[in-house]
Amino acid sequence: MTGRLKSVALALLAPAIAIVLSILVTTLVIAAVGSSPGEFWSTMFEVPKPRLRVDIVNQTAMIYIAAVAAAIGFRMGLFNIGLEGQYTIASFAAASFAGAAYLGGFANVIASLAVAMLVGAAWSGIAGLLKTTRGVSEVISTIMLNAIAVTLVGYFLNNYGVKEGNTVHTKNLEPSSTLGGFSPFEDRDGEIWALSIVALLLGIGFWVLLNKTRFGFDLRASGQSESAALASGINPKRMILISMMLSGAVAGLIWMPALFGGARNYGTSFQVGLGFLGIAVALLGRNRPVGMLFGALLFAFLSVKSNDLTFGTDVSPSIVQITQGVAVLAVVVTYEVVRRWRTRLEQRAVSRELTGTTAGATS
Amino acid sequence: MSATTATTGRKRTIVERLTTSWLYIGLIGIGVVSFVRIITDTDDLTGAGTIRAAIIATCPILAAALGGLWAERAGVVNIGLEGQMILGTWGAAFFTYHYGPWVGILGAALLGLIGGLLHAVATVTFGVDHIVSGVAINLIGAGAATYLAEAIFPDYEGGGPRQLNGLEAPAQITIPGVSDLANSIADRHWFVVSDIASVVQALTTNISTLSLLIFALVIVSALVLWRTSFGLRLRSCGENPQAAETLGINVYLYKYVAVLVSGALAGIGGGFLALVASSGFSNGQTGGRGYIGLAAMIFGNWRPGGLLAGALTFGYTDSLRLRDTQSVHSLLLLVAIGLLAFAAWRAYKRQVTGALVVAGAGVLVMAWFLLTDSVPREFTVMTPYVTTMFVLALGSQRLRMPAADGKPYRRGSAG
Repeated sequence: MTGRLKSVALALLAPAIAIVLSILVTTLVIAAVGSSPGEFWSTMFEVPKPRLRVDIVNQTAMIYIAAVAAAIGFRMGLFNIGLEGQYTIASFAAASFAGAAYLGGFANVIASLAVAMLVGAAWSGIAGLLKTTRGVSEVISTIMLNAIAVTLVGYFLNNYGVKEGNTVHTKNLEPSSTLGGFSPFEDRDGEIWALSIVALLLGIGFWVLLNKTRFGFDLRASGQSESAALASGINPKRMILISMMLSGAVAGLIWMPALFGGARNYGTSFQVGLGFLGIAVALLGRNRPVGMLFGALLFAFLSVKSNDLTFGTDVSPSIVQITQGVAVLAVVVTYEVVRRWRTRLEQRAVSRELTGTTAGATS
Repeated sequence: MSATTATTGRKRTIVERLTTSWLYIGLIGIGVVSFVRIITDTDDLTGAGTIRAAIIATCPILAAALGGLWAERAGVVNIGLEGQMILGTWGAAFFTYHYGPWVGILGAALLGLIGGLLHAVATVTFGVDHIVSGVAINLIGAGAATYLAEAIFPDYEGGGPRQLNGLEAPAQITIPGVSDLANSIADRHWFVVSDIASVVQALTTNISTLSLLIFALVIVSALVLWRTSFGLRLRSCGENPQAAETLGINVYLYKYVAVLVSGALAGIGGGFLALVASSGFSNGQTGGRGYIGLAAMIFGNWRPGGLLAGALTFGYTDSLRLRDTQSVHSLLLLVAIGLLAFAAWRAYKRQVTGALVVAGAGVLVMAWFLLTDSVPREFTVMTPYVTTMFVLALGSQRLRMPAADGKPYRRGSAG
């Protein structure tokens, strides 16, 4: 086996073990409460109906955007736990701006996306500033900012939103500003939202940024060793602030496909939890553009397909939350184990070459 | 007790230390609150009802904060407190339904402990990043509690897919003589005296034994962590695990114990939410209190006395959102006075920019108090979070976390 093949096999080993483990744990949990795991898996592995296939694509897009946002921070060694708050407040701001219809048609969409990115960046920028100027851990400050964002949005919505029966929402988008999408199947099966394309663009953009630009190199260098980065002339504080704000700006886009595709306002249709799913998928995919795509697809598939469970089985759909959580924990553990194993293999190889005999290997 | 600290040559028992500094701070605090109560004429601010609600709101936060203290003193950051707490709410409901409240509390601790075990295996044995593991545990905890509730509780009496009501609560205690005496003094609305009486009344009338247990756990934790050799060793794992290892301490074992205790304490906090703070389990009832507990611990500078003060502050503001908006409004005056006093302290210490920033905030809050009649409910909800941000921003230089907190450690790395 050549070195490259071997490293690919090693890289795939960890996710494979993690998936097997999460399937195992899920099966055990279902069996423990007295339901039938066989029924569960056969329902989950049926080919999804066209409507669900469309849903899976849409969900994959949103989760993927969230994963890219998380990965920008992770590659820099920053934990942006605050994606949840950033996209909540950014979605609300963008929906309000779009609903006010200062601009018409497509210009309104572009301007609203800019608002979402700016607000997301500003919100994460608070955490970035606190870290660079006051040394506050971004983990704690972003957790606090999550809670503040949710209550703040609740306040504005209750006081300035449009009331309709028991629900409150922002002003509806003008028909000229909704983008719709394209229907791969029949019309009743729904549309793949136009802005889902943003996910693809972000994925490509993220790859180019990391691998082809000076900034991407600085980012990865700072993430791996801050002191080495400093020695090669990178300003770590500037990098922290920029990558934190970049992460927040991307987070601002998370819910935009849904807003301009189907929801048309910020209200009960707002989907919470995408931020944490994005963090999980970034971990699952090792912060690599392609890896995260598979992760996002897997998570979207589990979430959407679990809706089928309510018909025909007695397993509740929330079981997939356990599957997802176990998958993340298992994947980070197995990556660590594989990494240690690989280091040991390399150490052995080196010592073999140095001594010329396997007997000299120490480990 | 003959225990002394080697660093302060003077003999000071823990009781002495707790009573000296915290007694003065407590008295000054009560004095200011009492002052505000009288000039704004809102007796509800320190009414026994408010204090009782505050104690109930404090306990879960306090238990989570204690859990954070145990883990972080051994060098493991436990963001998973929230997930362990959620597991605790389910455990309390399930075991109380079958075996009564005390087994229920043990069940809450057990479920939290399982969450802690997951965290310990990932972070200690496999060296996974602590935050990453914690995030995963929060996902698993929330998912497991939701699924297990939906799968099991609908078949129970008083249960449904998202809740289980009508659980038996742990016993309540009233100390007859003291309770009545405190009640009569509290009703006079005297300066300071009546406020203290209110606190005494709340503590001696229908107080849940689980509340008392959680308060007792603070003292027990303080004693174990700071007054036993076990605690010293545990803390040394959080300060410098390599040095601890060279002294023959089994660092992995101590970290495991600490994280397991941490999970169990968070679980008890969740159990309190299900059994005492409300009349049963409901999905999502932790509402981020695990995170608040973590914040309270940081607020308290990784010290038991400090985190108690932090939990009480957060608990008090948390309870106020359930009460009338007028008392919250008068609290603005309290915040303004506090900020201005802090600004004066900074100015006295010649920290000019800091003083100006704080004074500016104080003047703003004062203006808010004078120009409005009520505070929107959402702003009360936000208070603990904003306070934490302020404390971190202003006091982060003064806070000192364990030196090796959150750092990966591998056996044999001491060279």
